[in-house]
Amino acid sequence: MSLVRLRNVQKTYRSLQGADYVAVERFDLAIESGEFFCLLGPSGCGKTTVLKMVAGFESPTTGEILMDGQPVTGASRDRGVVFQGDDSLYGWLTAVENVEFGLRMRGIGKRERRDRALRYLELVGLHGQHQKYPAELSGGMKQRIQIARAMVNEPKMLLMDEPFAALDAQTRALMQEELATVWRATQTTVLFITHDIDEAVALGTRIGVMRAGPRAGVKGVLDVTLNGARDRTDDVFLRYYRQVYEMIKDEVAKSNARAD
Amino acid sequence: MGRRLWSHYGGYLVGFASMFALWHLAAVYLVSSVLFPPPTMVFRKALVLLGNGVLVEHLWASTQRILAGFIAGSLLGIPIGLAMGSFRPLRRILEPYTEFLRFIPSVAMITVAVIWFGIGEASKIFLIIYTTIFIVILNTAAGVSAIAPNKIRAAQALGATRAQIFLHVALPATVPYILTGMRLAMANSFTTIVAAELIAANEGLGKMLWDGRMFMLVDDIFVSLVCLGLLGFTVDRVFRWSIYTFAGKYSPAT
Repeated sequence: MSLVRLRNVQKTYRSLQGADYVAVERFDLAIESGEFFCLLGPSGCGKTTVLKMVAGFESPTTGEILMDGQPVTGASRDRGVVFQGDDSLYGWLTAVENVEFGLRMRGIGKRERRDRALRYLELVGLHGQHQKYPAELSGGMKQRIQIARAMVNEPKMLLMDEPFAALDAQTRALMQEELATVWRATQTTVLFITHDIDEAVALGTRIGVMRAGPRAGVKGVLDVTLNGARDRTDDVFLRYYRQVYEMIKDEVAKSNARAD
Repeated sequence: MGRRLWSHYGGYLVGFASMFALWHLAAVYLVSSVLFPPPTMVFRKALVLLGNGVLVEHLWASTQRILAGFIAGSLLGIPIGLAMGSFRPLRRILEPYTEFLRFIPSVAMITVAVIWFGIGEASKIFLIIYTTIFIVILNTAAGVSAIAPNKIRAAQALGATRAQIFLHVALPATVPYILTGMRLAMANSFTTIVAAELIAANEGLGKMLWDGRMFMLVDDIFVSLVCLGLLGFTVDRVFRWSIYTFAGKYSPAT
């Protein structure tokens, strides 16, 4: 049984003018335990809508989303979320207190939750800065806090909504490498949303390409059989890149045509 | 250390000094009338009034009223604002109250306050509460609705209950707005107290102003005005300092 299953999911938004906007339609997807699934699509295609529904922040208009065979009815500790921006961090808490948040809500003792939080901060490469407030930290550091905060809670899976999109190119590459290392060490199931082909090939064990919205669905899914650290100049890497590029380029064109 | 003190307060010192210098020049060389006393005369008068205890009595009367009304108004306004910001139906029900009453200035309520509560402390404190509460309510409610949805979502995904989200996310995220509302309310309280004391009071800085007019004690009027300015300035600095010291991590910047 798949860890997460989306069956014939449709999501309709009502705009202020009253006209319906069908963001995603006939959306089918299965995510297996332990995989790193990259959902790739042109901007505005409804990737984030899918993530919000899997997280349980929003419910599908029709269709169903199952986790471990049970319908998703709301947000849950089973699915940790890393958001794109830093507005989900709590500015009045220090880095380590942010990471402890979930454990504190569960009533885990001060000593234990501090130990666990520090361990995860170490894991994501944020040592020695745990007493700082988010405003004192760089964009990359803030995303590290978010990742540690989600992981310390030991969710069944991690949902990441373009977590590195707002970072500069160097920081992004570094964060991707570190995330890959963390993932290889923990084997957590990940659903990773991105519009960046390079990022998807660098991280994913499978890549799902979405059609341009409205009425977006899954165009195709590709297995990526690259093991260990990935080299962007490697021939196999480049072959995957081209393959994904061929799949997505029409969708990007469609998406841009609509935006004009 | 001396250098740091200077960079912190040197500007204020120069500012105040230049203000009094300008006042002096205007009073002595430009206007030169008994109706506009220079600062030296005002300070001399202030020393006399300090010596016989009159000034302290007035100052204390006004300060006490402001503090009592301001604290009571904030304590009432914060929970109402939180509730309004959190529950949409409640907001709809309470909005007519806040949106209707906040356009009736506290100065206009003085007559009613005096009829209801007499010219004693109760009417003044009522007016200060009145002038404080709506600003605090509106700012608090605005703070609640300004919380980034992702802050709430993150807490949900971390397993927090609704009550926990309110207590550990909504409340602290709103603190900067509450403090801003309180600071604005404090400024309003000064306007209100003077107006109220002008009309009906036995002591207070406003009463001092009124007596000054009645008995043509121009120096007394200026002593009262300077005291109002200094008191307001000091209270606002203390308020800012407290925010910085005790609630710095809630400062709007973060």
